Amino acid sequence: MCAALAVVGAGWITDAVFWSPYTTWVRVPREQPVPFSHKHHVQGLGIDCRYCHTSVETSHYAGLPPTETCMTCHSQLWTQAALLKPVRDSMATGIPIQWNRVNDLPDFVYFDHSIHVNKGIGCVSCHGQVDEMPLTWKENTLYMKWCLECHCAPQSEIRPREEVFNMDWQKPADQAQLGAQLVAKYHVQIAHIENCSACHR
Amino acid sequence: MNCDPYKKRMEEGAPRLDLGQIRARLEEAGGKRRWRSLEEIAGTEGFQDRLEREFPRGSSEWNDEISRRHFVQIMGASFALAGLSACTKQPVEKIVPYVKQPPEMTPGKPLYFATAMPFGGYGLGVIATSREGRPTKIEGNPDHPASLGATNVLGQASVLDLYDPDRAQTILHGGEPSDWETFLTVMNDTMARQGMDRGAKVRILTQTVTSPTLVAQLQAFLTLYPSAKWSQWEPICRDNIREAGRLAFGQYIESQYHFDKADVIVALDSDFLFSHPASLRHARQFADRRRVKAGGNATMNRMYAAEPTPSLTGVMADHRIAVAGGEIERLARALVAALGVGGNQAQGGEHADWIRAAAGDLQQHRGRCIVVAGEGQPPAVHALAHQMNAALGAAGQTVTYTGSVEGSPLNQVESLRELTGEMQAGAVDLLVMIGGNPVYDAPTDLNFGAALEKVATCVRIGVDENETSRYCHWHIPAAHYLESWSDVRAFDGTASIVQPLIEPLYEGKTAHELIDAITRQPSRESYNIVWEFWNSQKLSPDFDKSWRQALSDGVLPNTAFPAATPVLNNAPVPEGQPSQEGNSLELVFRPDPTVWDGSYNNNGWLQELAKPITKLTWDNAALISTKLAEREQLQDGDVVELRFRNRTVKAPVCIMPGQAENSVTVHLGYGRERTGRVGKGGGFSACALRTSDALWHGNGLEIKKTGESQALSFTQKHHNMEGRDIIREGTLAEFNANPRFADALAEPRPPLDETMYKPGEFKYEGYKWGMSIDLNVCIGCNACTIACQAENNIPVVGRDQVARGRDMQWIRVDSYFVGGVDAPEIDHQPVPCMHCENAPCELVCPVGATVTDDEGINVQVYNRCIGTRYCSNNCPYKVRRFNFLEFNAGMTDVQKMVKNPDVTVRSRGVMEKCTYCTQRISAARIQAEEEDRKIRDGEIVTACQAACPAGAIVFGNLNDGSSQVSRLKAQPLDYWMLGELNTRPRTSYLAKLRNPNPELHA
Repeated sequence: MCAALAVVGAGWITDAVFWSPYTTWVRVPREQPVPFSHKHHVQGLGIDCRYCHTSVETSHYAGLPPTETCMTCHSQLWTQAALLKPVRDSMATGIPIQWNRVNDLPDFVYFDHSIHVNKGIGCVSCHGQVDEMPLTWKENTLYMKWCLECHCAPQSEIRPREEVFNMDWQKPADQAQLGAQLVAKYHVQIAHIENCSACHR
Repeated sequence: MNCDPYKKRMEEGAPRLDLGQIRARLEEAGGKRRWRSLEEIAGTEGFQDRLEREFPRGSSEWNDEISRRHFVQIMGASFALAGLSACTKQPVEKIVPYVKQPPEMTPGKPLYFATAMPFGGYGLGVIATSREGRPTKIEGNPDHPASLGATNVLGQASVLDLYDPDRAQTILHGGEPSDWETFLTVMNDTMARQGMDRGAKVRILTQTVTSPTLVAQLQAFLTLYPSAKWSQWEPICRDNIREAGRLAFGQYIESQYHFDKADVIVALDSDFLFSHPASLRHARQFADRRRVKAGGNATMNRMYAAEPTPSLTGVMADHRIAVAGGEIERLARALVAALGVGGNQAQGGEHADWIRAAAGDLQQHRGRCIVVAGEGQPPAVHALAHQMNAALGAAGQTVTYTGSVEGSPLNQVESLRELTGEMQAGAVDLLVMIGGNPVYDAPTDLNFGAALEKVATCVRIGVDENETSRYCHWHIPAAHYLESWSDVRAFDGTASIVQPLIEPLYEGKTAHELIDAITRQPSRESYNIVWEFWNSQKLSPDFDKSWRQALSDGVLPNTAFPAATPVLNNAPVPEGQPSQEGNSLELVFRPDPTVWDGSYNNNGWLQELAKPITKLTWDNAALISTKLAEREQLQDGDVVELRFRNRTVKAPVCIMPGQAENSVTVHLGYGRERTGRVGKGGGFSACALRTSDALWHGNGLEIKKTGESQALSFTQKHHNMEGRDIIREGTLAEFNANPRFADALAEPRPPLDETMYKPGEFKYEGYKWGMSIDLNVCIGCNACTIACQAENNIPVVGRDQVARGRDMQWIRVDSYFVGGVDAPEIDHQPVPCMHCENAPCELVCPVGATVTDDEGINVQVYNRCIGTRYCSNNCPYKVRRFNFLEFNAGMTDVQKMVKNPDVTVRSRGVMEKCTYCTQRISAARIQAEEEDRKIRDGEIVTACQAACPAGAIVFGNLNDGSSQVSRLKAQPLDYWMLGELNTRPRTSYLAKLRNPNPELHA
């Protein structure tokens, strides 16, 4: 009896640990060489996602801005700030900045940004309200289980293409209906994206 | 105690084969018996054992020193913690952007650049895929006349050489690291001194050069130093072809063969589908005349081949005879006499039937025939071929001529002989060598190595440090062609700029920079040298524009040489060489079908590639005929001493069905003393027996058994499928009489609903991927195998693992023999995954790691696989490969650069197999979806399809009736391999047809 309780208890603890932010890093900001604030740059200054993440519509990789992009403004603004020293040093020495990945998938997953963006999945759907993050954290677990929830029923998350980069768009009351229309309009191949081969090679 | 049954078997040797018994069994079968290996017919005990087991006995057993008990002890702690391994957090990864991102690059999307690869000095146009600034894959350039979009095995493997950790990495002066500036200073002084007597003691040795820029530089050098000399040496020497031009036409010419227009071809020891500068083009054209369409009056070309050893070209022939290399001249004269050409003496004798049939066919197809001889035949044979082509009206039609494409054509053996003589006499102060390895591969009677020691200063530029560079005072690391600015001409003179895809990894220099260094000060960079040369050619009014266009297209327009009309010398051709006397054995030298002349010796992909027909890996062997093996009681792996012209080399033998009775073939390129880690210890050096008077064949060989044996690693002997109609073949006549003749060869098929799956349950309504492989045109070159290896990150496993059946290549080319054991027909069959609709592998996977997706691809999900290997067990085609060991362990950072980032690099313990290049399908689908359209036919080209010079492999959508693959599968020759198993494979074959002459009962 005690043994059974012990096993169940161990299982419960493991489960709790496994799904906690300790393991999943959900809403836990990662330390970065420069404490970049999306909230300031996106909400405060109104910079579009694509100014920095340039290849999100054309490549599987959304793109992280080269030091040059940061310096387009920071060669003029905050030019002496201590926080920005790594950026200035990088520009001067030609050594790139090594960021710590926040949204990272295992190597056996082949995720493609451009197709998601093209089919009407907004940045916010996966990455959360990035415009309200003073430091960047992972909003969702990005576990396969989570991905499949949408892959099996994309109508629950799909939005019009024009709204993909809109941080303020909210799902309408009739998302199910609108979603079904958009899935048909954008030719989302649900039968295909439920397959292993959609993401694993 | 030796508990290792595998080792035990290797020590005891395989059971001895009784060739007489094998021959008798095949004769009983009436000539049409199809077989894969001699062991299969012999039915030896070891073979039967291997048949039942997919992997040889002992290959997956525990062979190490550590006992099982000790293992459990040391792993005990790990076992206890193993259950928790999934509970750790995903480790933090870095993500590193650029500092300044190149504007033309979209990270994640590859860029493609047209460049050209030098092959024997001639150019093959390629398109190289560049990912984040590093080349990972080579494809052919469809706009280049020599490649027509295809590549050969060497082209596909060349990208691995770029990342070879054993490459030359620093400038060495007397073995000590030095630098370019010091070299320039020293050269400057040296040349100043040498210039005082007009360079009389300066010599340059290159391989064959067609590069217009380099030729111009060398000529400028020779103008500055008129007494200096430029010699050339290429081990796959085309002297015979060159000298034949002088013999027949009084000048050096280049012959171009138009196989697309030829109905009848006679190949005299010619491997025009593989070892010719235009071999890829020949393969495409030949294949186009080999393909049949449905209907009662399909036509094909017909080929007659005579050669000492089965070559890729020879086995495609409809009538192949095994003739000693030294006998081909007699055969050619007999053919000439049968054609009634010139004043040549008619000779009867052996092969009279063949000669008569060939002559008859040639005459019936005047102007639409080709007689071609190979580089191994003396100039007399080529001259006879030229005369025959002229007499048959082929000259100007199917055979055209241009001036020589080489910058400075000459008799290379003679130039090397002269150079060596001067070196030996101490008359050479400075020798500059561009590439090459003459200490290893020059004719041994010239004693190049000994002569090299007498040279005061020897400079070599090369990609690797080899036997020759050991003698060099200065060694400059060369830039690989993927790192170089250069140029090169194709077989027809078309020039291409060679452009780099990456900065030289090791500060490599090009030959251009070296020659500049010894010609003028200050020296220029390669880019400027090449640019300035082409600018000076004034090919177009707007050079900048045409330069960019040439870089984009991969060819410089209008640089092909104009057709020439040389005047044929029709006098009787003097005897080239005396014919073989009696039963004396002949030694035949051939370029190796995987490592060529030894320059690819350190390339792991090529070393592991199974040679066509013999399926030997990692070594070379002395190929002997079945009759010789019987006479001398020799088996595969028996080591013999080859005694030829007072030199002896020990070599293991390999029985080659179809080999000329008294000819022994050895392949060049092995037995390298100074090569990298991959090539070390592999094979024996055939070059040690090669003399200038017998470069390609010579008689007077003696073989002496040593009683030793060497374990050779073959791939074919593992995967054996008993007595089934794996390969279906017939004749053109049979096909015209009954287009569905191939069906009659099938075993009865069970009803389609006799399956564990619900038949017709899943309707493939979207894309339905399938593949058709045309056995009529597959030449067995194995370009597909290496292309797949490059595209899909397939590891190299090594000789020992291959012997255990653990080779990892996803597509293999199987060879099948039809007929008797001495002179069988040989057929090739590429075997990728069949992607069965009723896949036997999927049923048995306990974890669902292999499933069929909605488009029919049999998907292998590596992250689910736990390595039970039941799927491989159940696969009737044996196309699945298991990672028994961590085959990707220990890669240096540079070696990792060759990996394709779109494909998983598999770890130990997972199963892998052909995926129909699912990454390419994915990329095409994403592109099409973003453009809101369907994927077009031809948009997805699998790696194997892209590489194939003959276009044998076609992939596409079966739900599109107009797609090429649908049309091929609708042909009556289409069949499923092992279709009676009801696997419903998506990969199907077109049965092979031969076109025998009805007069010859072949």
